[in-house]
Amino acid sequence: MSDALLTVDHLNVGFATKAGVVQAATDISFEIHPGEVLAVVGESGSGKSVTALALMRLHPGNTIVTGDVRFEGRDLLNMSDRDMRAIRGNDIAMIFQDPMTAMNPVFSVGDQIVETIRVHDSSVSKQDAWTKSVDLLKLVGVPEPKQRASQYPHEYSGGMRQRAMIAMAIANDPKLLIADEPTTALDVTVQAQVMEVLHEVQAETGSAMMLITHDLGLVAGSADRVQVMYASRLMETGTIDQIFYESRNPYTMALLDSIPDVDGLKHELHPIPGNPPSLLNPPSGCAFRPRCSFATDVCSTEVPSRVKVGDQHESRCARTDELQTSVGVSS
Amino acid sequence: MTATITPFDSGALAGTGADEPLLRIRDLVKEFPIRAGVFRRQVGAVQAVSGVNLDLYPNETLGVVGESGCGKSTLGRSLLRLVEPTSGSVMFGNEDVTAASKGRLRELRRDLQMVFQDPYASLNPRLPIRDIIGEPMVIHGVSKSEARERVGELLTRVGLLPEHGNRYPHEFSGGQRQRIGIARSLALRPKVIILDEPVSALDVSIQAQVLNLLDEIQAEYNLSFMFIAHDLSVVRHTSDRVAVMYLGRIAEVADKDVLYESPAHPYTQSLLSAVPVADPRRERSRKRIILQGDVPSPANPPAGCRFHPRCPVAQDKCMTDTPELVDIGAGHQVSCHFPLLSGETLLQRLGDMGREAAISVKS
Repeated sequence: MSDALLTVDHLNVGFATKAGVVQAATDISFEIHPGEVLAVVGESGSGKSVTALALMRLHPGNTIVTGDVRFEGRDLLNMSDRDMRAIRGNDIAMIFQDPMTAMNPVFSVGDQIVETIRVHDSSVSKQDAWTKSVDLLKLVGVPEPKQRASQYPHEYSGGMRQRAMIAMAIANDPKLLIADEPTTALDVTVQAQVMEVLHEVQAETGSAMMLITHDLGLVAGSADRVQVMYASRLMETGTIDQIFYESRNPYTMALLDSIPDVDGLKHELHPIPGNPPSLLNPPSGCAFRPRCSFATDVCSTEVPSRVKVGDQHESRCARTDELQTSVGVSS
Repeated sequence: MTATITPFDSGALAGTGADEPLLRIRDLVKEFPIRAGVFRRQVGAVQAVSGVNLDLYPNETLGVVGESGCGKSTLGRSLLRLVEPTSGSVMFGNEDVTAASKGRLRELRRDLQMVFQDPYASLNPRLPIRDIIGEPMVIHGVSKSEARERVGELLTRVGLLPEHGNRYPHEFSGGQRQRIGIARSLALRPKVIILDEPVSALDVSIQAQVLNLLDEIQAEYNLSFMFIAHDLSVVRHTSDRVAVMYLGRIAEVADKDVLYESPAHPYTQSLLSAVPVADPRRERSRKRIILQGDVPSPANPPAGCRFHPRCPVAQDKCMTDTPELVDIGAGHQVSCHFPLLSGETLLQRLGDMGREAAISVKS
């Protein structure tokens, strides 16, 4: 495998609140390689968006971030704000869940793309940048891009707005796209359109993508590798086939077991009992322990470390070795 | 569950038994006025529900699916007259709910209950849980002591503890709140519960808990459910029959397995093909039909078949004539001039029409 584009090493993100520190991401280490799609899945509050925001340095003021994040060898967490701005929107671009709040309502869509281009390269003339923004809108499938470029975000439908945001994100040919729940606000038929655009764009530009989602279906159809997060930690990392068919982590297995199947292959749903823990006051040991059917004494005393269980495959569970033989993923 | 054909009037549907339908919805229309100008003159109307015919049978779960804005929630609300229907009828037994007086409607709501999508907005934050669940009973004349006892039973039934009755909604998680909403809907021992997106605000690991709970109480209390949702996997799991809505109309109704395995409406086929499956191998082998464009505005719906601007196999007739919901056998109803019958797929039809290029197919 080629050298990593992005290396995250022991990243911790905490929010200082009146009630204490909420540990939103704990000991996160991973790599993204050029051209690959890495999906980050987890339920709400598992820390997937916080991780992305922290490595882009877009986290709010009360956040405590430690660890090491390197993009092409450059230290993102300790570089100047000016250098960071040069990377944001240029080398690393982000696509947010809600394009209505992520776009500026008082500028036309075309103007916003022009700004994205010229802020990173002032030598591009306004006319050239406008022509490029029309081309970009065409590339992402916005019909009549010339007219649409001078329209405002509120004149776009949800799906079109998300396309416009993708156009803006790829304006400077980023090496890494971070897409945070890019289709969650959209209907399924429109979601299919937008995912197709994302894949086409990615194939064309050769950029890598970090796809943050809670939808395991979306992951199965679009990712190369997957990271499963639970209660601020990475529970399991592997290729999509390793995660979906050879999972070695009780949380991943339980999650896959709890979702209904559109082809009707599952007759019974097996819910995960209980609720996700509070990050203000997480349980001792493994955070999944109170809900885990494989938990033993050791799980309440020790935070499990990451165990390599195969090529590219890691799991955080004290009983990883036993799980291999006793269970498989049912579908 | 097997379907038996039960011939009824024009809106005949197959149920899950030979029973009479519990709820008969006929030509139901709900328009919301669009007002503009200083005098708030009505300048148009949004037809959110536009001539819906549906039957709900005893002990069945009827799934209603569709994309946002298709009118599924408005349909559910107008059945209980939480929004007042513009025209049409909703027969509950021999009584028309839409014609009931205020007092009578209150009595009818003993039998017809609702669970809402947002477990944060649908519970009064200033009332303890026992009052939230007990209120419907007090309104309907159950004595306080009996109400208190029944609240305890209901809380236990939905997987909470009787002592939780003293707490307030903010002390509960989303899944627990939805359990409270379910307990409240059960308080008066209704016959029908309309569930409007009951699990879509919940995390996946919690969704399954609530879905299983709904399954159990349905069997225990002999309930009929109308299960309104946008998630096609969830609807397949919970429903006996499924109705697909598009822009205020019913596109297709059928027994669950028939609808999912041999859908006859081009919209149903494309909708199903767009759903991502949590199985990489199946995802790799699937051919995905990607519809062009967005759902049009219900304020200005297209003429003819409402799906025709997005339909890849639309013909001239579809642009002018509105298709009726017709039975194509065994209670399978579809509103399409050119339905896909006996296993024909949308892809085959596209091939026959030489229109493969008109649509993007992702394999």
